[in-house]
Amino acid sequence: MKPAPFAYHRPRTLDEAVALLGSEPDAKVMAGGQSLVPLLTMRLAAPATIVDISAVEGLDTLTADDGGVRIGAMVRHADVLASPDVRRVQPLVTAALSHVAHPTIRNRGTTVGSIVHADAAAEMPVVLAVLGGTVEVVGGAGRRTIAAADLFVGPLESSLAPDEVATSAWFPALADDAGVGFAELARRHGDYAMVGVAAHVDASSARVGYLSVNDVPTVVDVTGVDAADAGEAALAHLEPGGDVHASAAYRAQLVRVLTARVLREAHEDRQGRGAA
Amino acid sequence: MTIKLMGQGVQRVEDQRLLRGQGAYTDDIDVGPGLLHAAVVRSPHAHARIVDIDLDAVLDVEGVHAVLTYDDLTGPMAEPLPLLIPHPALTHGRTQYALAKDEVNYVGEAVAFVVATDRYVAEDAVGKVKVTYDVLPAVVGIEAARAAEHLVHDDVPGNLGARLEQQTGGDAPAVVAAAPHRLSLDLDIERSACMPLEGRGTVARWEPALDRLQLWTSTQSSTGVRAAVAVKLGLDLGQVDVITPDVGGGFGVKINHPWPEELLVPYAARALGRPVKFVEDRREHFISSAHERGQVQHVEVGFDDDGRLLGLDVELWHDHGAYTPYGLIVPIITSTQLLGPYKPGAYRVVFHSLYTNTVIVTPYRGAGRPQGCYAMERTMDAIAQHLGKDRAEVRRVNLIQPDEFPYEHGLVFQDGRPLTYDSGDYPAMLDKIKALVDWDTFGERQRQAAAEGRRIGLGLACYVEGTGVGPYEGAHVHVETTGKVKVATGLTSQGQGHQTVFAQLVADELGCRFSDVEVVTGDTRRMPYAVGTFASRAAVMSGSAVHLAARRAKEKALRIAADALEASEDDLQIVDGVVSVKGAPEVSLDLGTISVLSNPLRYAFDEASKRATQFQVGDPGKPPVAEDDEPGLEGRDFYSPERATFASGMHAVIVETDPETAEIRILQYAVVHDCGTLINPMIVEGQIHGGVAQGVGGALYERMAYDSSGQLLNASFMDFLMPYVSEVPDGIDVDHLETPSPLNPLGIKGAGEAGVIPSAAVFAAAIEDAEGLREDGLAITAMPISPSELFELRLAHQNP
Repeated sequence: MKPAPFAYHRPRTLDEAVALLGSEPDAKVMAGGQSLVPLLTMRLAAPATIVDISAVEGLDTLTADDGGVRIGAMVRHADVLASPDVRRVQPLVTAALSHVAHPTIRNRGTTVGSIVHADAAAEMPVVLAVLGGTVEVVGGAGRRTIAAADLFVGPLESSLAPDEVATSAWFPALADDAGVGFAELARRHGDYAMVGVAAHVDASSARVGYLSVNDVPTVVDVTGVDAADAGEAALAHLEPGGDVHASAAYRAQLVRVLTARVLREAHEDRQGRGAA
Repeated sequence: MTIKLMGQGVQRVEDQRLLRGQGAYTDDIDVGPGLLHAAVVRSPHAHARIVDIDLDAVLDVEGVHAVLTYDDLTGPMAEPLPLLIPHPALTHGRTQYALAKDEVNYVGEAVAFVVATDRYVAEDAVGKVKVTYDVLPAVVGIEAARAAEHLVHDDVPGNLGARLEQQTGGDAPAVVAAAPHRLSLDLDIERSACMPLEGRGTVARWEPALDRLQLWTSTQSSTGVRAAVAVKLGLDLGQVDVITPDVGGGFGVKINHPWPEELLVPYAARALGRPVKFVEDRREHFISSAHERGQVQHVEVGFDDDGRLLGLDVELWHDHGAYTPYGLIVPIITSTQLLGPYKPGAYRVVFHSLYTNTVIVTPYRGAGRPQGCYAMERTMDAIAQHLGKDRAEVRRVNLIQPDEFPYEHGLVFQDGRPLTYDSGDYPAMLDKIKALVDWDTFGERQRQAAAEGRRIGLGLACYVEGTGVGPYEGAHVHVETTGKVKVATGLTSQGQGHQTVFAQLVADELGCRFSDVEVVTGDTRRMPYAVGTFASRAAVMSGSAVHLAARRAKEKALRIAADALEASEDDLQIVDGVVSVKGAPEVSLDLGTISVLSNPLRYAFDEASKRATQFQVGDPGKPPVAEDDEPGLEGRDFYSPERATFASGMHAVIVETDPETAEIRILQYAVVHDCGTLINPMIVEGQIHGGVAQGVGGALYERMAYDSSGQLLNASFMDFLMPYVSEVPDGIDVDHLETPSPLNPLGIKGAGEAGVIPSAAVFAAAIEDAEGLREDGLAITAMPISPSELFELRLAHQNP
């Protein structure tokens, strides 16, 4: 379990990082390395070049204000999870992060890295999707903002260009009349979930996001559907598959059960905030 | 007065070092400059013929020192690996070559061996070896092996390595047919594996000036590896030293030997004149070490109105993987230990040991017993269900009674000796386990839970475990002139606490201080005669040998002291390392001084040793060392019992299953355990805790997910679900029973494997009890079981 040879760069500025991504062959960005390093050591990935952005200035900023939560590309999961401001502004981020792997991994892994890794079994892409957040990227063609709906294009595939690097992710603040909920079921504590569900409800809408069900993070609008029936309704938009941990029928059952639980939690959360 | 240490929960002397990260495992061994590292080209196919191996692209890689394929192997190295335990019924035993010759039979089989400056370069080189395969159909799983549409080995018809039948107590099929009640069960249990956190690893250094080999390897038998390496490399035993450093877990997988790498590493080290190291990575451990447990079972049972067994007729199909290096030990254990604490009436058992194109099967903690316990305990539950009787009471009427020992089953056990239980008290044990879980009131508790919409269930499983099998172990006790006591025994340690318990035994017997004892294991330079650490045998075998060797050292100390103090041996005592006359403590000699006196000297090196020089001691009219004596204060002895000693235990678990998600939660886990006289109850409980944790893994989480082409789909810790601390019970209620073994001087029985044995049986019973899936007979017939599988079972039983 040793990686194949690669060239390693640790730029100090974003411009340098973008230039390296544009000029070096088959380059891959590394932030916390918690997904990439295992892929390298198992030789499931063998990029020619690693661009380590951990020394790039200005990527470690975490802000939470009335508009929302902005998480810089080098902010570790653990710091986001521990932030009372994040919890206050957008509690779904905090709720989901407590399910991300284990403390040692959260100490190194970055939230933005997890999002652009675009693993359909990961929590934070779904949270971004269900909240309608965005990701800021910089590349050879300049800066742009990618909406969550346009970010996840396939299994482990985001819409970032090869010479682009994500600099931050933004999650909108929870409105006063809204509520959220999150639940997942994993075989073991901290494992990738067999099914995970994130919900956002307000006076006029109910959206539910699913991880480990489709091959990309998937959001289903269940506005107007009873919590008890919402999972069944959502299944019309989902294609739960079977693997060594869960059969397709069992995944569908978890969609039903967890959707009902999470929607009830979100409604309670909303009521707890004083919404009618 | 020294407190007797036998039976005390003495703190482990190993822990300070190991917990502070100061252990030295095989990978930590510094063999000096010039070390090269090995990596292995492994078969990507479960079954294929090797058409060609093209090394052109590898030999140019900078840093590659050698690439070995089968064609490079000569002499005994070109022969198949040893078949360690031959058996007359193993008519079609097969072992692999150190490097595949012509054909590969599982994904992971070693094909070529690369030696390079570091493991990075070695792995790069592995990727450049071009092997052309002619892929053959793979035989995966017991059904495919039994169907034999394709053969694993062309010359093994029916994929059948062995068929063994044993019977006792009459014509079982006839008795079953004539019984007032009859049931038949079809059961299935899947593979798991030992999964020590440290995988396999070997380092070798060839010393041309001395013409000898030093080998460090992560094994459960250093003497076994030594003998194998000597045979395969054409060396005399005296040219080979094998040292087993700290071992990060074995659980059985490291008793199989020699692994191909254990031979290829010294072979390459000698050929290259450089030390060579191989340290297995996790994926390699999954696909090229060993698995266990996979069996299909058919039980026919006849019983009376009380549930008493009249006849038991069992047929087993055992998946032994691609080769049979460890013989038939696992299915023999299943077929004999299946009987547990019960009298079976007429018993017949037949097993078929089958080839598949998967990783080899060798003993994993429990070694066939979990499967046997599963078959018998599922049968007991089925009988109780059939008769509408209490499950504990059905077991009770079948128990061997305390006055029936020694109890002869009339079968042959895994050591080739009669299956004869030496001692036990199974009815008392049943009372204890029932008390631990409030068995008699559980029904009411279950009804109350049901009223709240909760499903809880209770399971019980009982086992008997033959431990401490022979042939022998030995020990050497040496009292130094400093008074320190150096003890060596040849079997190896994987963290069990041998250094602690053997020191307890020596301190007790010799009368020295516990802190003065230092124990060395697994080093052939210190104790060249040994068997190994397996079959829950270390405490029984080496414990007894250490005790006997300490007694010899004590006898000599008393003899010398009696002479020096001009006292009778009978009047002497040894306390805290000082020999004194009883009632006259001022008349004394410490053991260090006695050690000085035991060794007549010409030269003195310090004040103490002057006392033993030629002008100080000795009768000028006699030889300094008497004819029947030898210098030094030492004791050496061996323990070789007639047969195994039988430990026993009963486990109960209470589980809760989620009506919606089918999650399985453990509410209480209880164990009653009898391993004879306890040396160190804390260490025994630790063994039980570890065993239970491993059993939870085997019952609820782990499996080897092979696809039909023989690819292992979950060959990483991400998908092979070894339980975390968050998945094992918070606490385990343990109660002990001590029925001493009459077979050894201390009354000890083994304890290492016990905790894992009943897990599949006890969880199947508890989950089934929680679910109430019983209307159409026994519902849980396949283990392990996951929430997904429980959900599917509910669907099949329309019990959502």
